[in-house]
Amino acid sequence: MTATPEAPRAGGIHPNSFHGPLPDVAADAGYVDHPPRKGFFTDTSVCIGCKACEVACKEWNEVPADGYQLSGMSYDNTQALGAATWRHVAFVEKPLNPTTTDLGLPGMGPPGFEGYESGVQTAKPRPEDQATESGDGSIRWLMSSDVCKHCTHAACLDVCPTGSLFRTEFGTVVVQQDICNGCGYCVPACPYGVIDLSEDDHKAHKCTLCYDRLKEDQTPACAQACPTESIQFGDLDELRERADARVAELHEKGVDVARLYGHDPGDGVGGDGAFFLLLDEPEVYGLPPDPVVTTRDIASIWKHVGAAAATLAGLAAVSFLGGKRS
Amino acid sequence: MAEAHPVGFQWVMEAKRRGARVIHVDPRFTRTSAVADLHVPIRAGTDIAFLGGLVNHVLSNDLDFREYVVAYTNAAAIIDGDYRDTEDLDGLFSGYDPETGRYDPDTWQYQHPDDEDGDGHRGDDGGDGEDQGSYGGPGSSEHSSQESHDSAHSESHGSGGAPVPHKPKRDETLQDPNCVFQILKRHFARYTPEMVKEVCGIEPEQFAEVADAMTSNSGRERTSALCYAVGWTHHSVGAQMIRTASILQTLLGNMGRPGGGILALRGHASIQGSTDIPTLFNILPGYLRMPNAEMHLDLDSYLQPDEGKAGFWGDMRKYMVSLLKAYWGDAATPENEFCFDYLPRITGDHSTYNTVLGQIEGRSKGYFLVGENPAVGSANGKMQRLGMANLDWLVVRDLQMIESATFWKDGPEIETGELVTEDIGTEVFFLPAATHVEKAGSFTQTQRLLQWRDKAVDPPEDCRSELQFYFELGNRIREKLRDSTDERDRPLLDLTWDYPVDTEGDPDGQAVLREINGTGPDGEALSAYTQLEADGSTSCGCWIYCGVYADDVNQARRRKPHWEQDWVAQEWGWAWPANRRQLYNRASAAPDGSPWSERKRYITWDADQGKWVGPDVPDFIVDRAPDHVPEEGAEGPDAIGGQDAFIMQTDGKAWLFSPNGVADGPLPSHYEPPESPVHNPLYGQQNNPSRRTLDHPVNPINPSYSEVFPFVFTTYRLTEHHTAGGMSRTLPYLTELQPEPFCEVSPRLARMRGLTHGEWVTIATARSAIEARVLVTDRLRSLRLGTQVVEQVGLPYHWGRNGITQGDSPNDLVNVTMDPNVFIQDKVGTCDIRPGRRPRGPALTAYVEDYRRRAGVDTETGSPGTPPRREGLTT
Repeated sequence: MTATPEAPRAGGIHPNSFHGPLPDVAADAGYVDHPPRKGFFTDTSVCIGCKACEVACKEWNEVPADGYQLSGMSYDNTQALGAATWRHVAFVEKPLNPTTTDLGLPGMGPPGFEGYESGVQTAKPRPEDQATESGDGSIRWLMSSDVCKHCTHAACLDVCPTGSLFRTEFGTVVVQQDICNGCGYCVPACPYGVIDLSEDDHKAHKCTLCYDRLKEDQTPACAQACPTESIQFGDLDELRERADARVAELHEKGVDVARLYGHDPGDGVGGDGAFFLLLDEPEVYGLPPDPVVTTRDIASIWKHVGAAAATLAGLAAVSFLGGKRS
Repeated sequence: MAEAHPVGFQWVMEAKRRGARVIHVDPRFTRTSAVADLHVPIRAGTDIAFLGGLVNHVLSNDLDFREYVVAYTNAAAIIDGDYRDTEDLDGLFSGYDPETGRYDPDTWQYQHPDDEDGDGHRGDDGGDGEDQGSYGGPGSSEHSSQESHDSAHSESHGSGGAPVPHKPKRDETLQDPNCVFQILKRHFARYTPEMVKEVCGIEPEQFAEVADAMTSNSGRERTSALCYAVGWTHHSVGAQMIRTASILQTLLGNMGRPGGGILALRGHASIQGSTDIPTLFNILPGYLRMPNAEMHLDLDSYLQPDEGKAGFWGDMRKYMVSLLKAYWGDAATPENEFCFDYLPRITGDHSTYNTVLGQIEGRSKGYFLVGENPAVGSANGKMQRLGMANLDWLVVRDLQMIESATFWKDGPEIETGELVTEDIGTEVFFLPAATHVEKAGSFTQTQRLLQWRDKAVDPPEDCRSELQFYFELGNRIREKLRDSTDERDRPLLDLTWDYPVDTEGDPDGQAVLREINGTGPDGEALSAYTQLEADGSTSCGCWIYCGVYADDVNQARRRKPHWEQDWVAQEWGWAWPANRRQLYNRASAAPDGSPWSERKRYITWDADQGKWVGPDVPDFIVDRAPDHVPEEGAEGPDAIGGQDAFIMQTDGKAWLFSPNGVADGPLPSHYEPPESPVHNPLYGQQNNPSRRTLDHPVNPINPSYSEVFPFVFTTYRLTEHHTAGGMSRTLPYLTELQPEPFCEVSPRLARMRGLTHGEWVTIATARSAIEARVLVTDRLRSLRLGTQVVEQVGLPYHWGRNGITQGDSPNDLVNVTMDPNVFIQDKVGTCDIRPGRRPRGPALTAYVEDYRRRAGVDTETGSPGTPPRREGLTT
């Protein structure tokens, strides 16, 4: 999938760079006439945690159910993305402004709950702590539907030895199970921990951004099902404009915590094809704060290897050749 | 709403986006709270105190929409001088009979306009209650009080107000001490923010925030809406909770106006439709009453209380005769009163819980459970199962093998030994049912909107639709009785029972809908219920649905998207009645017919055209001028004056005070749930004095303020599961989202009882004990009421023993004490909670017995005795 000499230069630092801004991922992957890049903008400020996205995804893609265990993580029993979960709704309960002191009692549970007397405080939430445009006297509940980011620079794609993972004409990243050999290189490569090997067929599986539906000019199942349009699907640059407007709207309403995540083409993965509006730090949602494509340093790694090899060769030459004089 | 109606909730999010303020009042912090502007935690079951506090706030600060109140409500009506309020009788109204627990509403009636001495009768003659000069037809106040007395009747006033024999004497200045407005002020005077704190646990600052938000967002320029579901109705005071909301919205002028109103969130299983074309014992289609064996010996006596009364309810004869024609077709003639005698009669309370008691006592022999799972979904699961165990036969139609079909082999009582499979004589038939995509039909929901669903796929194997089942059952029974000469079989044999069927034998649902819509003398589909006649020339299966098949088009099937219509979107589905989207929309205009404001313009009077115009169907006689005064003695719709916006009420006004039709008082009062750790701070009368109890050893009640059951529990729903779980706990994709039964408690309660997040706990009441995992969360608040802190245990009720995820059913904990108007149970009670799993087998019954003994529950009668009245209670 390398660019042929006749194909237009796709931009970036230089051809086949693993990092840096890349305005046209599909062209970089070799597509000549391709549709606009598609992606998701997930506005978590209107997510109601209904999990229709999880169910719609599984129904459409026939992804198996993967475990019946109460996690204790609020209402999130799905826990993480994986081979059998391609949409995952996170639930984070965050107490606000506890006004009573820790009574020193040991306890386990969601952060912030231990040792304080709930219900007897009347602290008003600070504007910067508002969840959506609201806040309760003592708690806010963040909800967010996580998904494969379809990175501009996708490390999983970079490291796949078989070509099973490929870039589609829509700029999305898809894995083909019939080619995948189950080596698992892609698993640690992903900076977000998305892709995983299935317990059933030992192949890699992840969100396809409903590639089959895109080919029929349809909306991905999760976006179609979402009742509040938290998950928005469309052309990526249009989504980014929409997202900027939404953040500005929220800031104007006093929701200063609203921020975008994964929208910036200058970030460590070149920007995500699926990006978010969050109401807190990414870590709160279980997202890496500064994701970097793990193949970023490959070029320099090889340079270092080359330099080390040359040094070794040079030292060897010096030690062996130098001894011939006597 | 986000938990139970996530798809409908998108419109709340849309409204929020456009600047609406969303306030969520709920004992727990839910997914609705997470996106609301304000969450108000409230003690479960205390909403009358909260709403009453808002009413008091409005009245005390003159924040009511005065012009609206004077013109469109009965605020100015003067009540009988012998009326006594709960303020006078420490929690009772006048007319209470402690023997029966019922009220005689005689002293709640309007004073007659010619009444000199305030004794409720015309003139100064100490009259006999016969009204003269009333504007309706014949009808004595004595008769209507008798009917209201029998609260099995009050529900049939659903679509129209309970009849009053005459319009009231009025004081337009609202100053007369006996006028409704002043009575209202006195009644709610002690519902102060401090009282709201003491009863509900709501902080005065938060209460003020809600009060300000509602009052500043109501009036000419703005309207506010209330949405509710079973958090308001599943209480022994449920009907009065709605009443309080209704009073508040009426005082604020939010009724009949766009963006206002009170929305009952319902419709999952077409439950609105299930009361429109009713599955309830005491009403007929369109909220006509079921005839009573003692009172309604013939058609005339059946119609007499309502016939000729002001408003469209006065045309009841036309609706009833047309219904009878729909049922019995050609066999129904004027000579035989249109087969009125064929209708079954009720003799009293045949509601579901009483029926179950009848099953236990051997009086009820058979049972059809059609898409219903009482072993999990009804209160007091054991009572349900014991009832079913005592039947001769039980028919269960469902998509899955639900707990109510298998109770006889693996129910909780089999495990404890209280029931033995071999000894259960019930013959259980399980018939697999088609799902809602495997058959065509309509759903009716919150907005009275009928939405038709086409059939998408054929049902698999032996699954059949309900329509096919009942049609076939009727065919076979009629075939068996074909040669019968017994008079008793005529009602079945004379039924119109001929629908076209498809190749699989499934009747055409649209044919049924057309029959419900109604047909005229030559069989053409009718368009409006005003076309119905009392002479037998029209037939109509449900008068409020007349018009759904107008022009022989299935109007319920219309799907014009909202972006192709105006904001009222009348061409999506069909709303009853008459595709009217906003009821009582006459009130959206001022008394003179002009809009209250441009912003809230809706239905207005166009003097040039001489009619009411606007984007919706006017809920008024279309050419009746705003200044019209009806003639003396006018009847039915002729008696509607130009400002009688609430046309279904017999006096044309919204009732702030209900002289008739509500079994437990003309005004709502806060009573504690039947099991409560709190003494009623407002009155000595602890509980609803008219509540219906079921005194039976299988339904024991926890004593209130007991140290053995010190915590409150309430049941509720999760998005991921659906009702009793038959449609969700059997599906992997839904089950994995909420895979195990759990309860929710506050951190403080967890510390009090040593509960560890994620571990097993046991919850006990006098009925039973169940186990669940516990989520310790700040979303359940410890509520400080004055000096007392109340802890609440939250229980998603979806679990049962069948399915992929199995668990004990929280409804096994619930006692059956019912609202006297609608016989709905209270879902709030008291309990104990302890760490660890529950005992198994006979040890479980011993465990529960031990609790009962310690709490002093009388296991003979199931009752601990009435909690003592608190004497000498001062505010």
